[in-house]
Amino acid sequence: MEHIPILKMGEYLLVSIQVDMHDQLAITLQNDLAEKIAKTGAKGVLIDISALDIVDSFIGRMLGNIASISKVLGAETVLVGMQPAVAITLVELGLSLKGMHTALNVEKGMQLLSRLTGKDQDYTSRKQ
Amino acid sequence: MADAIGKNYQKIISEKQDIIRDEWLKRLKVALEYQKDILTEKELNKNLDGFMTLFLKTIRSEEKDLLSGKEWKELKEHLSQIIQKWASQGFSIRETLSFLLTFERVLFERIREELGKEERENLDEFTGLEELLTELEEFVAEQHVKNREEIIARQQREILELSTPVVTLWKGILAVPLIGTLDSARTQTVMETLLQKIVETGSEIAIIDITGVPAVDTQVAQHIIKTIDAARLMGADCIISGIRPQIAQTMVALGVTFDVVTKATLADAFSIALKRLGFEIKEDRREEK
Amino acid sequence: MEAAIEEKTIKIKESNDVVTVRREAREYAEKLGFNLLEQTKIVTAASEIARNAIVFGGGGIARFTTIEKPDKRGLQISFIDHGPGIEDIEAAMKDGYTTGGGLGLGLGGTKRLMDEFHIRSEPGKGTSVTIVKYL
Repeated sequence: MEHIPILKMGEYLLVSIQVDMHDQLAITLQNDLAEKIAKTGAKGVLIDISALDIVDSFIGRMLGNIASISKVLGAETVLVGMQPAVAITLVELGLSLKGMHTALNVEKGMQLLSRLTGKDQDYTSRKQ
Repeated sequence: MADAIGKNYQKIISEKQDIIRDEWLKRLKVALEYQKDILTEKELNKNLDGFMTLFLKTIRSEEKDLLSGKEWKELKEHLSQIIQKWASQGFSIRETLSFLLTFERVLFERIREELGKEERENLDEFTGLEELLTELEEFVAEQHVKNREEIIARQQREILELSTPVVTLWKGILAVPLIGTLDSARTQTVMETLLQKIVETGSEIAIIDITGVPAVDTQVAQHIIKTIDAARLMGADCIISGIRPQIAQTMVALGVTFDVVTKATLADAFSIALKRLGFEIKEDRREEK
Repeated sequence: MEAAIEEKTIKIKESNDVVTVRREAREYAEKLGFNLLEQTKIVTAASEIARNAIVFGGGGIARFTTIEKPDKRGLQISFIDHGPGIEDIEAAMKDGYTTGGGLGLGLGGTKRLMDEFHIRSEPGKGTSVTIVKYL
């Protein structure tokens, strides 16, 4: 079965989606991530979707689920690199993924993760 | 449908083409209140000669219906080039049409003069020519309107782009001063420009300043909210600034709320943005010497 | 007045076919000259409807047609399935509507992405959805 690779970097898990997401692959990723977080005790998950040229409601929902499941398992999720056209389309579609942490790129996403997981002591809440 | 043109007319027109052309040029210049800095003598002559040649070709055409021949097509093509140029130079429809109207007048006057008395009373075959010219005039009017519409549409697009500048206030902080009424088309442009700029500059904060937006109704608010949501999906936060007191009141009355920080002035928003990025703003209290 | 050129019909049956529909939609949209944002909207809309046709309609066909009118050009995509159909279309168009499986939101949101959205459904016979975007 096809899997999207999940990389482990210290306390974080890194996923970069580089292929055209079909529904089964999205479900598999959701399951794989849940298992991996539980197994490794990861504190954060970073999902890079800069290579995705569309996110429809199914993929959007899956991303939301991953964030919720991670949270339950004690890990924060940050979604990075969404393309402008994809963002506009998602909003128009009515799926704003409220409550999900986002960042412009992997680097900024990692910074956000360390703030969210308390590694960065100077962190003052982004949401005021 | 335009019937074939009688041989006698064809003969007159081609024999007298130089006279017709010169007289036409003279009258056209009067009609256009000719100024050579807008249209050079050379260009005008080229336009007229080209038309004359193609017109002669058309009326000599072997086609049963003159309007179906390739000569007619070429003639229209030539005309359409002239009109397009003129439209872009701001010629009015009256001026554009005068190109054909003066030609028609000169042409018919010349033919009447050349014809014998008997022939003059028997003007049956005149109809083909008239039909041809009417057809051309309609074509010109139509093309002219179409050209002007294209120009207007292009200008609207340009104004749209001009009116939505996205500026960098600081490394990582963008500002979009919105001016004028926000409709869907404009919001789309604003959204696209802003999001593109966020990617290009790697900015994490965008200040949307609505000082110049005359009214915020639910629809405008909806548009702004969409922009905020899309920016957030990409990983950038928005701050709204420039909410005037009366706009704040309407917003409350309409039950509109923005799910982000809102500030009264762009300055306030900027200072918040700087703080978020970790900058500190201090007043320099050195005494002046 | 609609003259169709390069029409193409593909079968949609399994969930993987959604990806095929996206790819075709992208190709058509690109060929017709839609900009990146419009392409993304079209592909996303096609993806939504294709999934509905497969998950709820048990599969069917997707037909891609280019629209050539004197004043405008566009892309039309039709999805036809012979599934159970939709009982209450009006309710199905509302945001947040779902028939279980967490797959609501599709129709109303999709309509916003396109210029035209037509749906016909007969309980027990199937559903056909046609979406259009103009250049």
